[in-house]
Amino acid sequence: MSEAIKTDVLIIGAGPIGLFAVFELGLLDMKAHLVDILDKPGGQCAELYPEKPIYDIPAVPYITGQGLVEALMAQIKPFGATFHLGEMVETIERIGDPLFRVTTDRDKTFEVKLLVIAAGGGSFQPKKPPIPGIDAYEGKSVFYAVRRMEDFRDKRIVIVGGGDSALDWTLNLAPIAKSLTLIHRRDAFRAAPDSVNKMRALVADGKIDFLLGQISALEGPDGKLTGATVKRDDGSTLALACDAMLPFFGLTMKLGPVANWGLALQDGELITVDTATFESSERGIFAVGDINTYPGKLKLILSGFHEVALMAQKAHRYVFPEKRLVFQYTTSSTSLQKKLGVG
Amino acid sequence: MVKITYINVDGAPRTVEAEVGSTVMETAIKNGVPGIEAECGGACACSTCHVYVDEAWREKTGEPAPMEEDMLDFAFDVRPNSRLSCQIKVSDALDGLVVTTPERQG
Repeated sequence: MSEAIKTDVLIIGAGPIGLFAVFELGLLDMKAHLVDILDKPGGQCAELYPEKPIYDIPAVPYITGQGLVEALMAQIKPFGATFHLGEMVETIERIGDPLFRVTTDRDKTFEVKLLVIAAGGGSFQPKKPPIPGIDAYEGKSVFYAVRRMEDFRDKRIVIVGGGDSALDWTLNLAPIAKSLTLIHRRDAFRAAPDSVNKMRALVADGKIDFLLGQISALEGPDGKLTGATVKRDDGSTLALACDAMLPFFGLTMKLGPVANWGLALQDGELITVDTATFESSERGIFAVGDINTYPGKLKLILSGFHEVALMAQKAHRYVFPEKRLVFQYTTSSTSLQKKLGVG
Repeated sequence: MVKITYINVDGAPRTVEAEVGSTVMETAIKNGVPGIEAECGGACACSTCHVYVDEAWREKTGEPAPMEEDMLDFAFDVRPNSRLSCQIKVSDALDGLVVTTPERQG
């Protein structure tokens, strides 16, 4: 195991609320690292609606999802938070009061005084096609990501989808596959036009196949795929022999490992918190933004901003138990302005 | 007021009143109609408000725009009458509209 990264606070989720948590913690001298499963900061704002307008950020009549993320990134710049992107927190272990050891799916270890869960709707995970019995094949012959290309050498591969992931992997795996069939529901693709042209050239050269249709059934014993049934638009079906399948249907939000961390949850999916501190049932673990719940909760970005400000006050008491916290305004406090690099 | 009927996967219909100018998705959420998730809140960004438009209504609801077609790629069991309900605006012409929700949204 690699050496643990030590810091004051680990923020799980780099959406708008996780980002603003860096700001509020930073004003009170607490250092933060952020972990997010996406490969970019911004959470839903960046992944689901980067171009869509948001009209209810106070004093900002209109801003796009991506615009909000960029503005927050600029606002938290003085605090130099470290981002760990494309990673998911898997385990949390209490090793002090409060002190936590946290591990990610990339085998990174953190040792942090506090945790702030700002995981929104949960983590973005690949959408699973509703093909009967697909669970038995997952991780054995059905994969939602390619970790090692070599695993696919000399295999009969089926790739399903029409976006960049589907097309990129079609192009990357075609040279090493025994055979490769791309299946998409229509003869139009969201993927970059250049990738689409390259794919069509491979089809024209007879190097890969392209089929119009949708997968309706899988077959093969013990999770080992031997074939798939393709349903075509006209209702006819076609049997396709294959060893591996890669479905790319985008991402969906799932609560994920949060459910395993021993926190009190409402309806099994929202973390209950104290509204004075936004601390969960576990000392030193806070929950802010869409992932928490309390009487009157509204899933609004502005509510999340409020929550992190109060959270930071309680966090300060844990990180600096000997220090008295004096409430200050950024408008007038020279010490806060110094931290912001404007003093 | 315009009426919209949502038929669930078991064939059970539910008719609710819809406001002109709102969307078929918003009407479902407002009335607690099951089978429509609308994870992204109507941004045409997630495909979890997928519905099948009754054949008799396809002409009136129209065809999906290119962006909607792109998002439908993320839906399952897409058929020629598939639409994202957040992209169907309620109008007087749609009074009586019938849509069916799919087996699964995502």
